[in-house]
This record gives sequence, C-alpha cells and structure tokens, in this order.
Amino acid sequence: MQISFTLNGRPTIVDVQPATLVAELLREQLNLTGTHIGCDTSQCGACVVHLDGLPVKSCTLLAPALDGANLLTIEGLQGAPGSNRMHPMQEAFREHHGLQCGFCTPGMLMTAVALAAEKPDLTEADVRHGLEGNICRCTGYQNIVVSVMAGAAAMNAAKGE
Amino acid sequence: MGNVIGIGASPKRKEDQRFLTGRGNYVSDIKRPGMTAGAFVRSPHGHAILRGIDKAAALAAPGVIAVLTGDDVKADGLGSLPCGWGISDAKGVPMKEPPFPMLAQGKVRFVGDMVAFVIAETPEQANAAAELLTVEYEVLPSVVGVLEAVRPGAPQLFDDVPNNICCDWELGDKAAVEAAFRKAAHVAKLSLVNNRLIGNPMEPRAAIAEYEPGTDRFTLWTTSQFPHVVRFLMGALVLNIPQHKLRVVAPDVGGGFGVKQFHYGEEAVITWAAKRVMRPIKWVASRSEGYVSDRHGRDHVTEAELALDETGKFLAFRVNTLANMGGYLSTFGPNIPTNLYGPLLGGVYTTPAIYCNVKVVFTNTVPVDAYRGAGRPEATFVLERIVDVAASEMGIDRVEIRRRNMIPKEAYPYQTPVLVQYDSGDPMGCLDGALVAADVKNFGIRKSESARIGKFRGLGYSTYVEACGLAPSRFAGRLGARGGLYESATVRVHPTGQVTVMIGTHNHGQGHETTFAQIVSEKLGVSFENVDIVYGDTDRVQFGMGTYGSRSLVVGGAALSKATDKVVAKGKKIAAHLLEAAEMDIQFEAGKFSVAGTDRMKTFEEIAGAAYVPHDYPLEVLEPGLEEQAYYDPVNFTYPGGCHIAEVEVDPETGTVTLVNYTAVDDVGTVINPMIVEGQLHGGIVQGVGQALFENAVYDEGSGQLLSGSLMDYCMPRADHMPMMTVATHSTLCTHTPMGVKGCGEVGTIGSPAAVINAVVDALSHLGVTHVDMPATPNRIWRLLQNASLPVAAE
Repeated sequence: MQISFTLNGRPTIVDVQPATLVAELLREQLNLTGTHIGCDTSQCGACVVHLDGLPVKSCTLLAPALDGANLLTIEGLQGAPGSNRMHPMQEAFREHHGLQCGFCTPGMLMTAVALAAEKPDLTEADVRHGLEGNICRCTGYQNIVVSVMAGAAAMNAAKGE
Repeated sequence: MGNVIGIGASPKRKEDQRFLTGRGNYVSDIKRPGMTAGAFVRSPHGHAILRGIDKAAALAAPGVIAVLTGDDVKADGLGSLPCGWGISDAKGVPMKEPPFPMLAQGKVRFVGDMVAFVIAETPEQANAAAELLTVEYEVLPSVVGVLEAVRPGAPQLFDDVPNNICCDWELGDKAAVEAAFRKAAHVAKLSLVNNRLIGNPMEPRAAIAEYEPGTDRFTLWTTSQFPHVVRFLMGALVLNIPQHKLRVVAPDVGGGFGVKQFHYGEEAVITWAAKRVMRPIKWVASRSEGYVSDRHGRDHVTEAELALDETGKFLAFRVNTLANMGGYLSTFGPNIPTNLYGPLLGGVYTTPAIYCNVKVVFTNTVPVDAYRGAGRPEATFVLERIVDVAASEMGIDRVEIRRRNMIPKEAYPYQTPVLVQYDSGDPMGCLDGALVAADVKNFGIRKSESARIGKFRGLGYSTYVEACGLAPSRFAGRLGARGGLYESATVRVHPTGQVTVMIGTHNHGQGHETTFAQIVSEKLGVSFENVDIVYGDTDRVQFGMGTYGSRSLVVGGAALSKATDKVVAKGKKIAAHLLEAAEMDIQFEAGKFSVAGTDRMKTFEEIAGAAYVPHDYPLEVLEPGLEEQAYYDPVNFTYPGGCHIAEVEVDPETGTVTLVNYTAVDDVGTVINPMIVEGQLHGGIVQGVGQALFENAVYDEGSGQLLSGSLMDYCMPRADHMPMMTVATHSTLCTHTPMGVKGCGEVGTIGSPAAVINAVVDALSHLGVTHVDMPATPNRIWRLLQNASLPVAAE
C-alpha cells in the first residue's frame, strides 16, 4: 500500500507492506539507520522517534499509521539535513559525555527533546522518571541525566530569544 | 604546533558527532549488493539427541536459497570452535575439552544451541522457513545448576566428561592454609551464590559475510571486540581460510562488556555459508535470540572460610567454588573462574596463606565466559562479604578490621601468596578518601531519619584490587593462554604532519578515538584535531588482540606511546641532517626539533615534509617516510584498586532496596582523560549495582528453559534506579607501564556488588540477617523479613 507523510520536514510517499514496522521502514527502505533496534519487547527505547511531536517507539508502530502524519527522526533533529549543526540537546550530550557506545543515543535524544518540550523546568527526578523507557548499558545514566537537564535549559534559553 | 590537547585534559569526544546525529556505522546498518538474509534454527530443548533433520519443507518455502546443518559442516571437514585457554588440575591433567561444533552434531546441549542455518532472500522469508524446518529431538533431562550437575546420577552432557567436571583446579598452599586454620582464634564461614548474568550490550550481535570469487577473499563484518582474534581463530582453526584471504571488520560496535570478545559459531557459519551460496548474507540477532546465545557471566556457588587471630588479623583464606561453564567451552571460558579469580583472593590484604579450589562444571545452559570484571567481581564479592561476616562475629568495626589487614602503601611491590605481585597501590588512601567523600561520620543521623519514616538504612564497604591490562604473554602462557596478549600500534605521519594511528584495540564506547589522540597530541606536539585513530579492520590495522580486561590504554596505549617515541627518534635523525648538527644535540619539545642551546629548529611538519620529499635527506643511512610501528608486551598485570561505599534504604513493607548514595574512590593510575574515566566508573558501578539488586539469569532445572529470556523478565538498571554517584580517583602510578596507567574499564563492576550487598546486610543486621544473596530483589528481601518475623518498623 502507498502512504504519504512528512519525514523530517519533507513530503514522502512510499509503498509499504501493511505489516512493516516504522523502524524497519526507516532503516531498510528509507536508509535512515540512525533509528536503532535494540530489543523485541519495546523495552529499550533505541528506536524512539517523534510522531506528530510525541515520542513513540517505532518498533511497535505499523507503517500505515504514518499516513498523513509528521515524523521526525534523529536525522532530522539537527536542522539543515547534511549539516554538522546540532540541536541544543545533542550539544549537551556531547558537552556532558552523555554517550559512550552511541547505540541508545538516538532514542535517548528523541525522548529527551520531547521531555524538555513537555516540561520547561525539569527536575532530576523528572528526567530519571522520563527516561524509564530508554535503557543505556554504558553510562550508568548519570551523565545522561546531566545532559538532559543542560539540554533542556539550552532549549528554553533558545525559546526565550 | 596548533591545538595540543594532552594527558590530563578532557576534550569532547571525537566519536560523538556521528553518534549524536544518527550517522554511526553499526553492522546492522550495512547493506551489500545482492545481500541475502540468514536465520538460525536453535534448539528449543536444554538437552536432546538430534535424531534427524528434514530440510524439505524449509527448502520449498518462498525465497529460500539454502539450509545448512551440522551434517554439512561435517561433510566439509570444518573444525570445532576453539577454546583460547587450556587449564589443568593440580596433578597437571589438562581440562576436558569436548568439541564445540558450530552447528550441533548428534546432540544439543542448551536452549539456543544452533541446529541449522537458513538463507533466504529476505529476513522475513528466512525466519518463516526456519519455522518450517523439521527437527526430530529425543529429549533428555537437563541439568542447569552446578550443585545438581556434579551429583551422582546427574544427566551427563558428554560421554567422556564424568560428573560433568571439566577441570578440578586449585591454587595456593593447601597445607599452609590448613595449619593456619588449626591455630585460628576465630573462623568465619560463608556460603554464597554469585548470580548468573547476561551482559546485554544495547546493540544485539550481528554479522555480514561476503565471498569474492575473483580474489578468493572473504569479508566478515561482525560485532566484535577483537576482529584480529576472530580472523585467527575462525580462519586458522575452524574454516581453514588463509589469513591473507580473510578480512574481518568490526565497525562501530554498540557496547561489548565481554559479550562480544568471543569467537561465536554464528560468525563461522555465516562466513562458510557466504561462499556456498555465493551471495553476501546478513544476520542480526533479536534481543531474545541474544539471551539464549550471547555468552553469560558469573554463576558461582561458593563456600568460603576466613581464619583470624584474636586481634582480627587474617591468617588464612580458603575458598571452594563450583563454576558454571554452560554447555561448551567458550573462547575464554575456563580462564575466568580460575586464573582471573583465584589470584585476586588476596584483595588489598596481607593474608599470608590462601587456598582456592574451583570445579569447572558443564551444564545445559548457554556457555559462560567473561562479562565485565570477569572473575574479579566474584573474588571481590567473596572476600569483602566474609570480611564483614568476620567483623560482625568478632565485634570489630568493619572499617577497623579492614585497616588492620590492609597492605600499607610502603609495602609495595607486594607479593601475594597467589601468584600475582602488585606493583603499586594505596588502599588505605582510597579508604580514607571514600570515608570522607561518603560523609560516613554523619551516617548515624541519616539512619535515624530513615528509621523515623519506617525505613532501614545501611552502609556497605568494599575495597578491592584487580588484575588487568591483559597480559604479560609469558605469564599468561604459563597459566594456559594459547595466544599472546601484547598490543600493536602504527603511527603514520603524513607528509603534511597530520597523523593516522592504526591500533589493534577496539573502541566500542570507551572513547579511544579521543584518549589515544590525546596521547599522540602530547607526545608529538601535533594538534588534537590532526590525529585520527583507526581500528577494527584487519585490512587496515596490522594486528591486535582487541579490547577486553581493561587492556586498551594499558597495553594498546603503551604500544602507541612506544611508536610515537620511534617517530621522534627518526625525526631527530632527519632534523640533525637538516640542521647540520649531531643527532645527540637535537631536542624535541612541543612539536619542535631544535639544536640544544641554539635557536635553530625545524617544526614537526617540516620534518614530516622532508621525510616524504627527501631531496635534502640522509638517504644513505635513513629510509624516507615517517611511519613507525611498535608492539608492546606488558611485564606484569596492572592492579587498579579502590574503595566503594554504598548506602541503601530498605522499605520493610515492600522489601524494596533503594540505593540512596554511592561513593567510589579508585586508583586507576595516570588519568589521560578525566571525563572519560569518570564515565567508565559510572557505567561500571551501575552494572555492578545491576548484579546486586536487579539482574538474574534463571533457568528451569529439568527442562533447561531460560526463564529470564527477555528484557521483560531480566531487570536492567534504569535511570530512576540510581542516585547521583560520587566518583573520584586517588592514583598511585603503575611502575611498569610507560605512562603509569592502570586501566579503568572494569573497576566499577568489581567494587560495587559487595558494597551494595554489605549495605543491605547492614540495614537488616539488627534483625539477625547475616547474608543476602544477589540480586536483593524486593521479593527476596520481603521473604527474608517475613522469616525473620521481626518487630514491625516504628510508625
């Protein structure tokens, strides 16, 4: 079946099998491999993308659900496609060493951006609770929490300008 | 000289840009022209005889290209998966080493054992056809626990391994230990279980194999921590592919923790199959598949006894352990509960006599091998738990008993009674630092506050020492290693002065691209931005043993340091010629070669240019070019150590243990990048906390089914399980590594389980609790409290 949606700001039309998962569509058909698959029980959160502005696990979403929707992936987060310019949340993760192997990072970032957008004055407890659906095995979360708080502050500052 | 960023600085990581923007290049991201998909058919039984496989239905399924089984492996005369270590018992009798076929032959020995490989046009077709394969099993009883496996009448995995015992290994002076126990004023005893763990790097294992008939070359992309070792083990010992015809690439790898430092059967099967079908093949494990095929860790059952004199001085330590090997010997399997366990039982103490017996046991479970810490967390847990037990029984303060037995700083180098000699350390300094950082003196106030709201608060200490930087090849060889354990680095200076380093370690989260660039920037005075680190490709990197055992900086960094020294030495020869001075008068500092006592100098870039454009150059005595290589074989292990303090709060209503404070003061030697070291400590600690509080791989006795087979059933630490940790370093310098480094990758995982459990026991000690097995889940603690039938906490 054919579906049409907005992908990282660009109108997109694709033919998909109805049983295709959004994560598979992105990775296999559209060659956007920044969205990762780390489990098969919707636990790890490596596949989080934004569907109409809300964070969702793309490994449990069927592609037909995208029809008419607005999808944002890690590749679309940093502004101009192909540029090295980064979103304030990405900058914060680099600044505070919020990543090690990088595998959980795209999902963490997408969740973090949504958290920060939802609540402007995030507390440490908010962040820890908000990351409950994203597993990281490398960092022990400490620097991720610090990064998310710093990134959220930077997003707020940018909004205020 | 540009932007030199050297040792001790914390530049932001070079690798981050690609990971933050979704441009990493993991194996599962790679596509090859004409690529097919592979799926493994795995045993659903823990123990069974393979009566027959009927391929017909699977072969007839849409898109199927081939179905391969153990019979095909046998027909092609391929080898079995090799074990890299051969241990022996006290009489020198080698361990039992049954073959580990890459696809099962005759029998399956664990749930997940590979039975067949299906290759189809798409992953969906391969998976669908795998379901159609008809395999006839004659199911046998399984045995999954070590105590059960060595009992008379237990199911036997192999005809020629009586009682399932692979090796009855020992270390230490048994007679001296017995003599010391006879004169002891007190003997503390402890039985414990070190729970079985599943490493769970976030990236599942994956592989792609391709055969090029035009050049007769194979390429394997694999999620590996050591591509050169895979090339050697798989090419030379399993598939009979000459080394120069086999390229192994481990690109970006999403975490390893040991799980990816073995040669797996999947790698061999897919490489062999790629030539049979003449198409590239890709296989990506699902998480559930990883649970029944990634090598597991730990799984010990131990009885320990500590003999003390009347003042609390340790006289002798005796440890008897049954260690689970699973269904076959994995790459490092038998080495972990023996050589990486027994020699660490001295800890940071002066215990004069130690004896350790380890029975290495086969069971119907996934093969067990190294997982972050590998043997050393198990040793630390036994020792630090029994020290607490002894302190409690003798009425000696837990910190005081440790102080009375600690090796004083002045006593280093310190020869232990269990093979190893610690070169340096300051356990007392780490302890003192941790006591202050953890605000131990105000613990009583915090405990009262908890009591007021009906919670039990406890404090737990763990000191530890570990052996890492694997390893001195000669020493390892005596212990049974079947390979060398050096590392290699090539420093290629380009004509314009930029530098590319080819190194045999593998970066999968540790920040090598940054740390190693700092070493080069400091040593050669070149800009940090002008150094790139290449790893993970046997066609690009000369050789290497890979990354595990906290060895990358210790052994790889040393090779890199040596190679930069060679670059400087050659640069001095070139500079001497150009500056018309004697070589001995040339100094190299901050990226400049100068004649001592003059202002005549050449920059590093000018020397690099001269090396590649040798018009004015001593060609008679010196080759053009500026590229140097070094191999480094360490003279000893390194011995990081430290003190960890955990503070927990137990809710008696629910049994929930909350970690409220965590403090670590670690001696990791010279710190190259403090930001990265801190990150390694954080991550390591949380993995240890995971073992202590959450994680447990559980098998069903009899059927051999893994009950904790997904992220739904195996609890991984989450962000809201942790408080903010306080980590610091208290470094003494390693006396034998070029930069004084000791390694930091595993210390957190080694120190933390004992600290957390000691804290839980402390919180419950007023109820008569003397030991809690890991993981200290709410269920386990709640039951313990019910059995203790204790006064309900004050309202």
